[in-house]
Amino acid sequence: MASKVLHAYYNDDDVLMHAVKKVKAAKHHIEEVYCPFPVHGLDKAMGLAPTRLAITSFLYGCVGLTVAITMMNFIMIEDWPQDIGGKPSFSYLENMPAFVPIMFELTVFFAAHLMVITFYMRSRLWPFKKAENPDVRTTDDHFVMEFELHGNEDELKTLLADTGAVEINIVDKNSH
Amino acid sequence: MASHYEAPIRKPLVVGDKGYHDVTVDIAAPVEGRANKHWWIVFSIALVAFLWGVGCIIYTVSTGIGTWGLNKTVNWAWDITNFVWWVGIGHAGTLISAVLLLFRQKWRMAINRSAEAMTIFSVIQAGLFPIIHMGRPWLAYWVLPIPNQFGSLWVNFNSPLLWDVFAISTYLSVSLVFWWTGLLPDFAMLRDRAILPFQKKIYSLLSFGWSGRAKDWQRFEEVSLVLAGLATPLVLSVHTIVSFDFATSVIPGWHTTIFPPYFVAGAIFSGFAMVNTLLIIMRKVCHLEAYITIQHIELMNIVIMITGSIVGCAYITELFIAWYSGVEYEQYAFLNRATGPYAWAYWAMMTCNVFSPQFMWFKKLRTSIMFSFFISIVVNIGMWFERFVIIVTSLHRDYLPSSWTMFSPTFVDIGIFIGTIGFFFVLFLLYSRTFPVIAQAEVKSILKSSGEKYKTLRDAGKPLYEISGKAAVVNEVVEEEPRADSEEKVSSLLDTIGVFDAENETADDLKLVKGIGPQMEKTLNQIGIFTFAQVSKMTEKEYDLLDSITESFPGRAQRDDWAGQAKKLNSKK
Repeated sequence: MASKVLHAYYNDDDVLMHAVKKVKAAKHHIEEVYCPFPVHGLDKAMGLAPTRLAITSFLYGCVGLTVAITMMNFIMIEDWPQDIGGKPSFSYLENMPAFVPIMFELTVFFAAHLMVITFYMRSRLWPFKKAENPDVRTTDDHFVMEFELHGNEDELKTLLADTGAVEINIVDKNSH
Repeated sequence: MASHYEAPIRKPLVVGDKGYHDVTVDIAAPVEGRANKHWWIVFSIALVAFLWGVGCIIYTVSTGIGTWGLNKTVNWAWDITNFVWWVGIGHAGTLISAVLLLFRQKWRMAINRSAEAMTIFSVIQAGLFPIIHMGRPWLAYWVLPIPNQFGSLWVNFNSPLLWDVFAISTYLSVSLVFWWTGLLPDFAMLRDRAILPFQKKIYSLLSFGWSGRAKDWQRFEEVSLVLAGLATPLVLSVHTIVSFDFATSVIPGWHTTIFPPYFVAGAIFSGFAMVNTLLIIMRKVCHLEAYITIQHIELMNIVIMITGSIVGCAYITELFIAWYSGVEYEQYAFLNRATGPYAWAYWAMMTCNVFSPQFMWFKKLRTSIMFSFFISIVVNIGMWFERFVIIVTSLHRDYLPSSWTMFSPTFVDIGIFIGTIGFFFVLFLLYSRTFPVIAQAEVKSILKSSGEKYKTLRDAGKPLYEISGKAAVVNEVVEEEPRADSEEKVSSLLDTIGVFDAENETADDLKLVKGIGPQMEKTLNQIGIFTFAQVSKMTEKEYDLLDSITESFPGRAQRDDWAGQAKKLNSKK
């Protein structure tokens, strides 16, 4: 489906922040903002929900810890208990101190990798993925604010020109 | 804006009159430019050393560990010394990017990318040694707890050597992911600047299609913070576990509870020294003096001084505890280190690691680039000797005086060590020509608070930005007739690329050329361009003419290499 969108270009993060606040105050919906670097406070100003990736990381860490405990309990205690250095492997709890390093490592391993995979999936980042930034300058020094147009073209144009946009384009966008 | 405020007493981290675009240009320059003669010379030397190491490894594996200088008393020597040395060097990268991120140290941003690259490359070197030492490296997967055909034969989870396997593979893989996630926006920057289609393709692939949406950045920052939180205890755990390889044994000189903190401090110490060695050269070669400033070098020297002093305290504590313990074997182990046949190694270690960093108390010395470089090399050597002293001097005089002996390395021991140094530099040199060596997106985010340009503006009481009302250019990319005054340009353009003959030729689907959409095709048709043959004849001059006629997407045809694409499409027809 092709739809018409408006791209407002900015070349300064502070100007962009003012513009976002002004546009939000005028009750317009900002479809997207493309930035070359993280602009602090932009997500709040745009009204984006906070990300829950840290929570997923905690949960993945719990999974990793469980995997480590289950694995070592099976291998060292249940399947083939050995008497190493006069310390027989009869109970997981009593032998636990020797298992702490691997419990820790696997917790970190799961928490880190699965969180990053979740991030890549949610933000649609993977090899051979085509970039979707509207202009090559958005990875250099320009910021692009994107609006969907529903007959509010002129109103938006005057508003955005006032906020210090350096360029305003109206283009056809094919939604993926 | 208040968020960009920084105390005026802080010195700028980016010197010179740098704006956002300047950062892009400066950091893309080493990648986009060509390698100079010095690069090729150093690369060739590193490659030769690497190949020599490969030869020695092949000889070791095909003949056996007997090719090394090990004997029945000293049964661990250079292999494990080199392993611990490389792992130690690998500590600074994650420390810089993780711990300094948690402490909000902005100076990390100029050095974290290269420090992390160094970490990954040196952990790869470290990992080689245990694998070669196995003798049958193709059975290396036996260290993994996998079901097998030998009944219930599992790995031993009580063994610190197995903990090492888990610690180092977790460390390597998490560092790699941390590094790569940070690289995505910077690869995207290179991708969007690339002119040649091949480079564009490679950097598109590497950047995973990074588009820089506000939501992506929000997640990116959260992921970086959580990874830093995870990597901080991880980096401390790795060298702790490496020290367990020794500390959990019963060899006098190894069986010490001080080992974990002492090894971690030593690792940070040697890692920062190696970062200094690499970055002092890199800032010069890649012209990054504006980003990696004297202040950065000074701060790293202070870290070297502090960790060097911690290591010094640990050495002295070890001696004291050995005496205080009253165990005569323990006492002899340390007496033998300092006064025995390996005293030269012990005192080399003491001089390099404890005395030499103390020069950094003097501001004049720690802000001198030549002196910092010299000390960084001295520390690298000293830290190698530390591991050699701990390992070899503790073993060479054991409980049975009749088996007391010395260790001398064979050419294979030396060759493998030199080979890993070569391998490390091969990787680092390739990295420095193909990767964005500074985290440019992060540097841009601190430019307004810590860049000299903006600091000067702030000090002068001038605003950092101005909202230029109504200056906006409004472009409407809708169906537009090419303007009448461009008629002349059109005819000159068609003169060079040829006129379309509607009777004998058929129009091609120009949309097949990447970068030409339906809109652009229409515009091109209006001008009179219908075939691939016409597009393929375009050169820079024609691109410029086209840009001035269409007045949309300037430079796009050149970036996407329309002519090259059209040539290919035309030949396929």
